[in-house]
Amino acid sequence: MTIVSGLPHSSRPLASRSGSSRMNHRSVAVDRLASPRPRLFEAVVWLLPAVAYFVFPDNLALGVSIMTYAVAVLALDLVLGYAGIVSLGHAAFFGIGAYAAGLLAANGWREPLTGLLLAGAASLMIGFFASFLVVRGKDLTRLMVTLGIGLVVYELANRLSSITGGMDGLSGFEVSPIFGVFAFDLYGKTAWWYVYGVSLVVFIFLRFVVSSPFGLSLRAIREGVNRMPALGASVNSRLRIAFTISAGVAGIAGGLLAQTTQFVGIDSLSVPRAAEFLVMLVLGGTGRLYGALAGTAIFMIAHDYLADIDPVYWEFWMGLLLMAVVLFARGGIVGALFNLVPSLKARFGRAAQ
Amino acid sequence: MTSNIIGILFDGLAYGSLLFLVGVGLSITMGLMNFINLAHGAFAMAGGYVSVYLGQKLGMSFLLTLPFAFLGSALLGLVAERLLFQRLYKATHLDQVLFTVGFVFSSIAAAHYFFGASQQMSAMPDFLQGQTRVAGVDLGKYRLLLIAVVAALTVALHLTLSKTRFGAQVRAAVDNQDAAAGLGINVGLIFSLCFALGTGLAGLGGALGIEVLGLDPGFPLKYMVYFLLVVVVGGAGTIRGPLIAAMILGIFDVAGKYYVPEAGAFIIYVLMIVLLLAFPSGLGGKRA
Repeated sequence: MTIVSGLPHSSRPLASRSGSSRMNHRSVAVDRLASPRPRLFEAVVWLLPAVAYFVFPDNLALGVSIMTYAVAVLALDLVLGYAGIVSLGHAAFFGIGAYAAGLLAANGWREPLTGLLLAGAASLMIGFFASFLVVRGKDLTRLMVTLGIGLVVYELANRLSSITGGMDGLSGFEVSPIFGVFAFDLYGKTAWWYVYGVSLVVFIFLRFVVSSPFGLSLRAIREGVNRMPALGASVNSRLRIAFTISAGVAGIAGGLLAQTTQFVGIDSLSVPRAAEFLVMLVLGGTGRLYGALAGTAIFMIAHDYLADIDPVYWEFWMGLLLMAVVLFARGGIVGALFNLVPSLKARFGRAAQ
Repeated sequence: MTSNIIGILFDGLAYGSLLFLVGVGLSITMGLMNFINLAHGAFAMAGGYVSVYLGQKLGMSFLLTLPFAFLGSALLGLVAERLLFQRLYKATHLDQVLFTVGFVFSSIAAAHYFFGASQQMSAMPDFLQGQTRVAGVDLGKYRLLLIAVVAALTVALHLTLSKTRFGAQVRAAVDNQDAAAGLGINVGLIFSLCFALGTGLAGLGGALGIEVLGLDPGFPLKYMVYFLLVVVVGGAGTIRGPLIAAMILGIFDVAGKYYVPEAGAFIIYVLMIVLLLAFPSGLGGKRA
C-alpha cells in the first residue's frame, strides 16, 4: 500500500485526475463539441438507427426503448458529465414525466406531442424546485440529497396509489395518432419514428446547450469551481439551470416511455433505475453526448441478450462490468475510442518520418 | 399512553443501536479515507448469512455465531479493501460511487446464487424471546440485548480510539494523513485495519439484526440509504455524530411507522433532506 501523499484533505473536484492521457482526451473532448456546427460523423451516427430499423425489423421495440432511455441518459450527462453533479435521483424526473404523460392520456388528453411537452414541463417545474436543494450542499451532501429526492418521489407515488396505481402501475390509457394521422400500431413502427424524431430534436437542443457559452461555463465550473466566481460567473445559478434543464429532458424521456408502452410502472422512478442510468452513461463515457448514446445502446442490447440467457444473475454481470469500467476504462467506450485515434496518429506519424 | 411512548422510544433506541452498529464502521472509513462506500451494507449482509448458515447447517446457537459473523465480515472486508477498494482512495467521488454500486449489484446476485431469494430466519434461543418487566414497562428481551451489546461496543470503541496507541494513530491519520505518515505511522495499514474493523462491526450488526432488519439478497440496497444517512447526517470521521444520528433516525422511523403508518418511509427521507440542508457537515462533524 503506498501512503497517500499530497492528497488534499477536503473533497476534490470531480475531474481533477492527474495523468497525461487524461489531459490528452480532455483537450480532444473540448475541441470536439465546442462548436455547434455538426460534423460528418454525427450524420453517420444518426443514420445508424435508421439502418437498424430496416435491417432488424423484428427488434423495433428494443430500438424504441434504447432511444427512450438514451434521452434520459443524455439528461443525466448534462448534470453529471458537464456540470459535475453526481445525481442518484434522476429516475425521479424520468418517472414524473412518465406519470404526467400517462395521467394526461388517462384523463382524456390523448394528443401525444402536447402531452409530451406537458410531461417535460411538469418534470422541469419539480426539477427547478429540487435544484435549490441540490446545489446547496457539497459533493457527498449533494449525492445524498439527490438520492433523498428520488426516494421521496418514489414513496409519494407508492402512497398515492389511488392516482398512480401504486405497485400495479398505471395502465389502460390510449394515445391519439400523431398529428391526427399516424396511429400507434401493434408493431411499433409509428412509435419508432416518433421516438427517433423526438430524441433527435432533444439531442440537437442539448448539442446546442453544451456548445453554447453556458455549456462551456458548466465545464469550467466542473474543472475549477473556485475560479469561476472570480471570473464573475454565478456558479450556483448556472448549476440550477443545468439541473432544471436536465430534469425537463428526463421528463420527456419518461413521457416517451409512457406513450409508447402505454404503461407506467413504479420502478420507473426507483433508485435502481437511476443507478442503471448511471451505468449506461459511465459505460459510454461521461461528459460527451455521444458517450451517453453509445452507452445506452450497448447496455440495452447487452441487457436484452444476457437477461434472455440468465435473467436472475444479470445483475452480477452488470456490477462486474461497472467495476471494470471504473478500474480500466475511465473515459468509457467512446472515451477510449477518442483516445485511440490520436495515439494511432502519433504512432503512424512517427513511423512515416 | 405513557407506556406506549416508552415502548416506542425503546424500540426506536434498539433500532437506532443497530443502525449505529452497522454505520459506525462506515463513518470511520469515510472520515479516514474520504472514500464513499455505498457497499457497506453488503458486508452487513455477509455477516447475517454467516450467522444463518452456521445456525442452520452446523446447529450452532445464535449467540455463538455472532463472533463468527464479525470475523467473517472483517476478513471479507480486509480482502476486498486490499484487492479492490484501496485502488480507489485517490479516485474521484464519482468513480467511488460507481464502483461501490457495482459491488452492491454483484454481491446481491452472489447472495441470491448461494442462499436463494427468500427471507432468512435466525433461530432465536428461548431465553431471548418474550418480554421482561423493567420498572413497570414490558421490554423485549432481544431488544434489551441489542441495546446492551451496542452500548458495550460503543464504550469499547471509544476507549480504543481515545486510550490506545492504535487509536491515537487512527486519530492522527484522520486529522492529517501526510503529517501522520511523516511521523512514521503506516497509514495504509491503519486504513486496512479500520476497514476490517468497520466491516466486522457491520457483519455483527447484520447478524444481530436479522429479527429487526430481515435478511434477503436485497439487503445492501434496501438499507444503503439508512447506513449512509447515519454517517452523512452524523458527520463522517466521528463516533458521537453517527450515534446521535442513528438514535434520531431510529426513534423517528419507529414512531412514524407507529403513529402515521400511511406515511411509511416518507418521514425518514424528508427528515434526512432537512437535516442535510440544516447541517451540511453533519451533526457531530468537525470537517466540512
